[in-house]
Amino acid sequence: MTAFIIRRFLQAVLVMLVVVAIAFLMFRFVGDPINQMVGLETTTEEREALRERLGLNDPIIVQFANFVWNAAQFNFGISYQFKQPVSGMILERLPATLELSIVSAIFALLVGMPMGVYTGIRRNHWMSKLFLTVSLVGISLPPFLIGILLIYIFAVYLQILPSFGRGQVVDLGFWTTGFLTASGLKALILPAITLALYQLTLIMRLVRAEMLEVLRTDYVKFARARGLSERAINFGHALKNTLIPVITVTGLQLGSIIAFAIITETVFQWPGMGLLFLQSVQNVDIPIMAAYLMLIAFLFVVINLVVDLLYTVVDPRVRIDGGAPI
Amino acid sequence: MAYRNLAVAAGLAVALGVVGTAQAETFKYAFQGELKGLDPYSLNETFTLGTLGNVYEGLTRRGPELDIQPALAESWEVVEPTRWRFHLRKGVKFHNGNDFTADDVVFSAERVRSEASDLKTRIEPDVKVEKVDDYTVDFVLQSPNPILHYEWDTWAIMDKEWAEANDTVQVMSASDETPNYASLNANGTGPFKITNHETGVKTTFQENPDWWDYGNKNFNIDTVEFTPIGSDATRVAALLSGELDMVYPVPVQDLARVDSNDGTVALTGPELRTIFLGFDQMRDELLYSNIKGKNPFKDQKVRKAFFQAIDIEAIKQKVMRGLSTPSAIMISPFLFALADEFERYPYDPDAAKALLTEAGYPDGFEVGMDCPNDRYVNDEAICQAVAAMLARIGVTVDLNAQPKAKYFAKVLQSGGYDTSFFLLGWTPGSLDSWNVLNNLIQCRDAEGNGGTFNLGGYCNEELDAITDKVLVENDPDKRNQLIADAYRIHLDEVGHIPLHQQGLAWGVSDDFELVQRGDNQFMFYYVNKN
Repeated sequence: MTAFIIRRFLQAVLVMLVVVAIAFLMFRFVGDPINQMVGLETTTEEREALRERLGLNDPIIVQFANFVWNAAQFNFGISYQFKQPVSGMILERLPATLELSIVSAIFALLVGMPMGVYTGIRRNHWMSKLFLTVSLVGISLPPFLIGILLIYIFAVYLQILPSFGRGQVVDLGFWTTGFLTASGLKALILPAITLALYQLTLIMRLVRAEMLEVLRTDYVKFARARGLSERAINFGHALKNTLIPVITVTGLQLGSIIAFAIITETVFQWPGMGLLFLQSVQNVDIPIMAAYLMLIAFLFVVINLVVDLLYTVVDPRVRIDGGAPI
Repeated sequence: MAYRNLAVAAGLAVALGVVGTAQAETFKYAFQGELKGLDPYSLNETFTLGTLGNVYEGLTRRGPELDIQPALAESWEVVEPTRWRFHLRKGVKFHNGNDFTADDVVFSAERVRSEASDLKTRIEPDVKVEKVDDYTVDFVLQSPNPILHYEWDTWAIMDKEWAEANDTVQVMSASDETPNYASLNANGTGPFKITNHETGVKTTFQENPDWWDYGNKNFNIDTVEFTPIGSDATRVAALLSGELDMVYPVPVQDLARVDSNDGTVALTGPELRTIFLGFDQMRDELLYSNIKGKNPFKDQKVRKAFFQAIDIEAIKQKVMRGLSTPSAIMISPFLFALADEFERYPYDPDAAKALLTEAGYPDGFEVGMDCPNDRYVNDEAICQAVAAMLARIGVTVDLNAQPKAKYFAKVLQSGGYDTSFFLLGWTPGSLDSWNVLNNLIQCRDAEGNGGTFNLGGYCNEELDAITDKVLVENDPDKRNQLIADAYRIHLDEVGHIPLHQQGLAWGVSDDFELVQRGDNQFMFYYVNKN
């Protein structure tokens, strides 16, 4: 087990290096950071001096090596735009993104799973058809459109929920949370729904498909023949066996939720890392972009690891250090 | 557990605090971009300077009509053509309680010209700043300069002792490893203090009852909350829902909605920025064209044909929804007294076609056009309209519209002026024509020495001679005449095609009255709750 985890961490380092390397190759196509850092009247000599000071004249491989060397010491540099240490800025924004992502993931699970089970068991009920139709909307409309629709309905028309921001947050020193105030909780609702809708649909359809599959298997028939209650069959036997793919997908989707919170955060001006990243792309703020991409890569690897470990809990047949699962 | 209770208590305290301030007059507004830092010298950009202009003050300030008014200097006189004397206001205090004196002015003059400052143009490097006594400062120039103080409303005076005590005498340089105190803290003399600044999230301002002009104040709000909201739709929604009292800019397509909504009104007016088209007139062969071996834009007839092919009224009505002022010259009429002497060439596709034929291009030609798509109001749409209009006289435009970060990297000097035909906008920082002549119209060489932002390399020696005279002419009438002569030559030769001054579009709650200045700076000290 320990060997497995160590191996995974080595993989994580490799994945992060690759991500940053690709990122550095792409930064050249984003535009010129200097133009975003100075006013129009700044002379060419000053621009050139600034470029030199930032090391932007170095070959891309040298810039990459410098970044990795500093990152290894947890120094991600100073933001070009904000003139503040990047690590501090990302840490400040991390709570907002994590709170939003976790609430979204829980919401997607709590609503998506029962809907999936229901539509799986009662295939022809009108409610199932309604769920499936509505879920098509969730999967086919882009999140920014859903976000704007929700804003117009709940903020502009009904005026019951805020259209932007995080509301009042409480600073715990190491973490800022919106969970402790009414305005913070209200501000969370629309972005969380927007972000969760896609995952919710995905989970629902996955659970439904798995349920349909499992309900056809022999052991369910035998369970029925033994006279077990529907409830015990559906939840005790069938649902439990659908969980492996659900855990995999949900786990991996948690990474996506965090990564794709970018769009939701932008629509709702949610002060998280995604918003910071998008702003930094517009401003060609390379230190922020690089650090953010590295962090996201790290999160994906960690989530993958946790998912693999969870397999063993749900399905004891899966043995990790033995190599291939059955 | 104890910690947990503490946290809840803290939460309650914060929540109660909010209830407390909500009863006072709070004004909440949003802008599309962030306040990048609090150091008034680190970025020469309208929004940053305008916002910090509520906290810091210069020796001068500008009124609602952009007239120059005394601020930290009570008065000034030109003792001799190269020596200006400023008499400072007495009894002014910085937010930390320190007195404002001549030492602060001398210090600020040094700091604003230091290595990492982005506002070095505020004072020429060879200007000597001499303290005469505690409340008198002399500026000694190498040659006369009638517009010495034109940009000083945005040259913030900083407190010398504060800067020294907090180790922030230097402006933060890009290569510094530690953040600079002045980037995150402010200590001005202005009507508002910054009480909280969360970078890129929220900034809170509180009125300063010790402000020297508090007795004559023209505002009745005491707290201002600024939030950046990048998404246009969200920004407008936040205004419509009443969560914010003011947002800017409002996209022109949403103006009608903001206006028709109960409780909000669209506030529009001409901005000072002039949007124009330019041509590469320097290279012997265009980089992006099917004409080889020669450059059609070197011919005035071709440039004039382009000018007359553009239906500026259609652009105003269809693209800008009425929110633009067509312009014949490269500066806003607000900034030049003789502007109404100039008229645009009339829109006339037939005449344009004839001019093209005369120039030897009866069937037109192809040319690539560079355009930003996130810099000016509807910039890409303007370029598309221009391309469609030019198609009518046989010119095929291959439009390359890109985000500003990429666009500027290509067309500016740093990109080697890599363009044949482009759209650009310009507001003279000094609000004066010399800036336009010097940056946009003056000849340059291939490296960009001279008119650095004369991207197309338009060049006329006679005009440049006039520009040099404009710089040192102290008599206002003679100076205006010289400027008019320069613009006349430029218009005759069609050095550029001025299009229009774009409009300002702010959305404001009916509960508040405020002043919209043409330079798009938003001053809290004109905000009144009805």
